[in-house]
Amino acid sequence: MAPRDTISAAIRAANAQGRPALVGFLTAGFPSRARFRADLAAVAGACDLVEVGVPFSDPMADGTTIQRASFAALADGVTLPWILEELRAGGRPATPVLLMSYLNPLLAMGLETLPAAAASAGVAGFIVPDLPHEESAPLRAAFEREGLALVPMVTPVTPAERLEMLCRSAQGFVYAVTMTGTTGKSAQVPQDVLDYMDRVRRVSPVPVCAGFGIRSREQVARFAPHVDGVVVGSALVEALERGEDVRAFLGSLR
Amino acid sequence: MSTPVRSTSAPPPHFPDARGRYGAFGGRYVPETLVPALDRLQAGVERHLHSADFQAQFRHELETWVGRPTALSFAPTLSKRWGAEVWLKREDLAHTGAHKINNAVGQTLLAKRLGAKRIIAETGAGQHGVASAAAAARLGMPCVVYMGAVDVERQAPNVGRMQLMGATVVPVRGGDQTLRAAIDEALRDWVSDPDGTYYSLGSAVGPHPYPYLVRELQSVIGREARAQMLKAAGALPDVAVACVGGGSNAIGLFHPFLDDAGVRLLGVEAGGRGPGLGDNAASLTAGTPGVLQGSYTLILQDAFGQVRETHSVSAGLDYSGVGPEHAYLHTSGRVTYESATDEEALDALGECARHEGILVAIETAHAFAGARRFARAHPGSRILIGCSGRGDKDMSILQRTVLGAGG
Repeated sequence: MAPRDTISAAIRAANAQGRPALVGFLTAGFPSRARFRADLAAVAGACDLVEVGVPFSDPMADGTTIQRASFAALADGVTLPWILEELRAGGRPATPVLLMSYLNPLLAMGLETLPAAAASAGVAGFIVPDLPHEESAPLRAAFEREGLALVPMVTPVTPAERLEMLCRSAQGFVYAVTMTGTTGKSAQVPQDVLDYMDRVRRVSPVPVCAGFGIRSREQVARFAPHVDGVVVGSALVEALERGEDVRAFLGSLR
Repeated sequence: MSTPVRSTSAPPPHFPDARGRYGAFGGRYVPETLVPALDRLQAGVERHLHSADFQAQFRHELETWVGRPTALSFAPTLSKRWGAEVWLKREDLAHTGAHKINNAVGQTLLAKRLGAKRIIAETGAGQHGVASAAAAARLGMPCVVYMGAVDVERQAPNVGRMQLMGATVVPVRGGDQTLRAAIDEALRDWVSDPDGTYYSLGSAVGPHPYPYLVRELQSVIGREARAQMLKAAGALPDVAVACVGGGSNAIGLFHPFLDDAGVRLLGVEAGGRGPGLGDNAASLTAGTPGVLQGSYTLILQDAFGQVRETHSVSAGLDYSGVGPEHAYLHTSGRVTYESATDEEALDALGECARHEGILVAIETAHAFAGARRFARAHPGSRILIGCSGRGDKDMSILQRTVLGAGG
């Protein structure tokens, strides 16, 4: 199985148990570098998929929580090579791991070395929030060599034709952003957002996960019939920051 | 009267291409939420920007409100001191005190045509913020300006000017608290309301079509200067010099001269305290290729692709990236880029003020420092300096530096 196929398999396995897949996000090395492997293992143990955030100096798609986490991790010396080394040394969790990274740290490592380095660290795919489809060909070709997924994002303002195009070329899953805005603000779940999730699901050949601003059991329950998974990011980062028990926190969402 | 020098070789290719590329540079690297908004902006630019109707309205505002054409001044004392023939394109005389108003008026007119409900803008030195606030007030639109907290402090008079003209100024405390953080925050605002908000970007940076749009709106500087030189000096300049932060006044001055092979073009970046990473804002001369704030360009970054903080005494040049067209013109060799240190810039500012009676902005002073160096290396040359803005906003820094040094 190509690494990218483990992603949809993990989501489908959760769906087969009658629940949406839970995708947990943590910023690598936050709240502390020393705790990263333990935090990763805890999140992996309580989720179906893990997104590891690569900190970046200019996180323009992120709200205050992930901005703060990114800046703190950078100040602590967290780098992409360090993250890959930690993943390699920590032993791959059974749960598939994706990296969420802005484009520039990936370019800095180089598209020749990145795919193999990521694959050997057990990474199954990438989410790159500042890489629209039109600019994605070089990265897509590089990831293809190792069977890594490039997960696209779609949003409530994505026109219908573009939505189909993005879903057609999706790998792993489609990341359906719940709102226009940055990460972390509590998402309203009005009917039109659920209708939009239904539209994404109708055209997507791969599972659809909703993300941005998902913080409560009520939100998860409302999305559940309309998506294949939910992403919990800022709320999980805040729980880690407070030193809460990750399993208990994530358990409270479902 | 001598004949202007014209290129006999083929003119350089005209960029951007359909994907917003200037050679390898440019493009559009933004969150998916902004893609439809940029598509709409691009369609609006294609439909309106060069239409007779829009151009007439734009020209009317420039002539009756901004005060264009701005003067071309001969600088007799600098000419004598430098052993050159020095001409100044006086954007400092434009309404609100800098070239920024050309772009702000153009984009605000465009925003109205596109049906936007509000204008947002970022600002470094405060000049684009003031220009945006003024244009929004003139055209009856609400305006929010994002400004790094460090810049709010060092450019305080401009904050008051924006507020007087009805704009809301939001200090940005994340990131480097200067221009880069202000752009990040403006992008976050735009992501939150991509339909109703028009982002009026102040420099020739960011995702396509901004670098193109800003260049087109600022090219009035070079078009006027070229015609004024032919009329007043009887010839094109040997060199045109401009300061470069993001690079909007420089591309505006340079672009109409690109096909004039006999005109050298010199961009002057902020050399800050010196050549170390973090000590300057010289993205072209010290940067490497990467993606920052929507564009593939030359940026100041570490080995891991993290964008580095910059230093310049000038808030308007204190930026880790540069417009993609400058990155292209640098690699193609058509434009030469150098840097001037804080000290050189402040010294040039003092010289211009004392001998020409013109107090230029600290940003602009970098162009004077570069021009002075060029004059010494090329005696007798005819030099056109883009005098991009006036220095009233810089008085608190000048009290501590240029004036403080004497007493």
